[in-house]
Amino acid sequence: MAVEGLSGDVMVTQLDKLANWVRKNSLWPMPFATACCGIELMATGASRHDIARFGAEAMRFTPRQCDLMIVAGRVAMKMLPVLQRIWLQMPEPKWCISMGACASSGGVFDTYAVVQGVDRFIPVDVYVPGCPPRPEQLLQSVIDLQDKIQRTGTINGKEFQQGRLWPHAPRPLAIEVPPQEKIVAPGNFATATRLQSDKENSHG
Amino acid sequence: MTFESIVNKLSEKFGADSFSTSEFRDNRRILVPAERVYAVLELLKNQCGFDLLAELGGADYLQFPDARDRYGVWYVLVNTTTGVRLIVKTFANDPEPTLPSVFSLWKGADWMEREVYDMYGVIFDGHPDLRRILMPDEFTAFPMRKDYPMRGRGERHNFPVITRPES
Repeated sequence: MAVEGLSGDVMVTQLDKLANWVRKNSLWPMPFATACCGIELMATGASRHDIARFGAEAMRFTPRQCDLMIVAGRVAMKMLPVLQRIWLQMPEPKWCISMGACASSGGVFDTYAVVQGVDRFIPVDVYVPGCPPRPEQLLQSVIDLQDKIQRTGTINGKEFQQGRLWPHAPRPLAIEVPPQEKIVAPGNFATATRLQSDKENSHG
Repeated sequence: MTFESIVNKLSEKFGADSFSTSEFRDNRRILVPAERVYAVLELLKNQCGFDLLAELGGADYLQFPDARDRYGVWYVLVNTTTGVRLIVKTFANDPEPTLPSVFSLWKGADWMEREVYDMYGVIFDGHPDLRRILMPDEFTAFPMRKDYPMRGRGERHNFPVITRPES
């Protein structure tokens, strides 16, 4: 159905697309920087890499003024309630970038105190690999997120209320850590191994 | 005051067989049983001029070769006038490993004793505010003990999951 009688300076579009276009070009990041990824995040915001080229330069340190959380760095189990609280304080519509190996999976910190990926406990839209990622990678993730917003966003946020087609977070690890895990460090001083037999473990 | 004169002074006061000494490079140690450690530290502070407690640390000697006690705690003392360093080491055992608090001698022991308590569960008797310093308050284990699994007992997975529709 063609629209008749419009002059050349009038454009017809969908409201969803208009809202997506406005939102994706004015992301306000909340820098949740806890480790060395935060330094790369600062570099991304600085003049050389310049995240302002993608309309995401307005970093705010209060979650109430932000709509993009960038989790940059490892999240300790003592920090996770803080992260969740900040996420809940951000107004809709909001998105999350998990920056770096530690935020995405725990990285090398496979210990009792470090959360093995923030996507277990808050929704994540884009993951950035790297340890830490280059600023270009973070810029690419912002571009990818813009693309995602343009393709899937709606003006009334239907895509958030209904949930997405894919899981919000990975299921718990198939091999859960057993409580009596045998690895202690260092294990046997005589043989310099970290694995212990049951017999050695039981006396003590 | 040299190490030898300190040792002489201690053996005069407490008897030569009430403590032992060991040496590694320039580390000079005095090993004292737990029931005498406060008296020894008090004497070192008040009569030998060790006015700074530079470090207070702990270790778990579970399955360590030739170890007779489970927990070790050491006090690194410095005489800030002469620059002499001295390590006093003592031991504690399960159940309820307990040592006297040295907070009344050096105020700096406050957080260091809290850390040793947090990581190893060694109780410091007489500490004014002995609670966890690094781990969250609701944490129940002592994570630096050798029989605690490195990946924990599931504490890091024990949080509510916030999904998209909920947030």
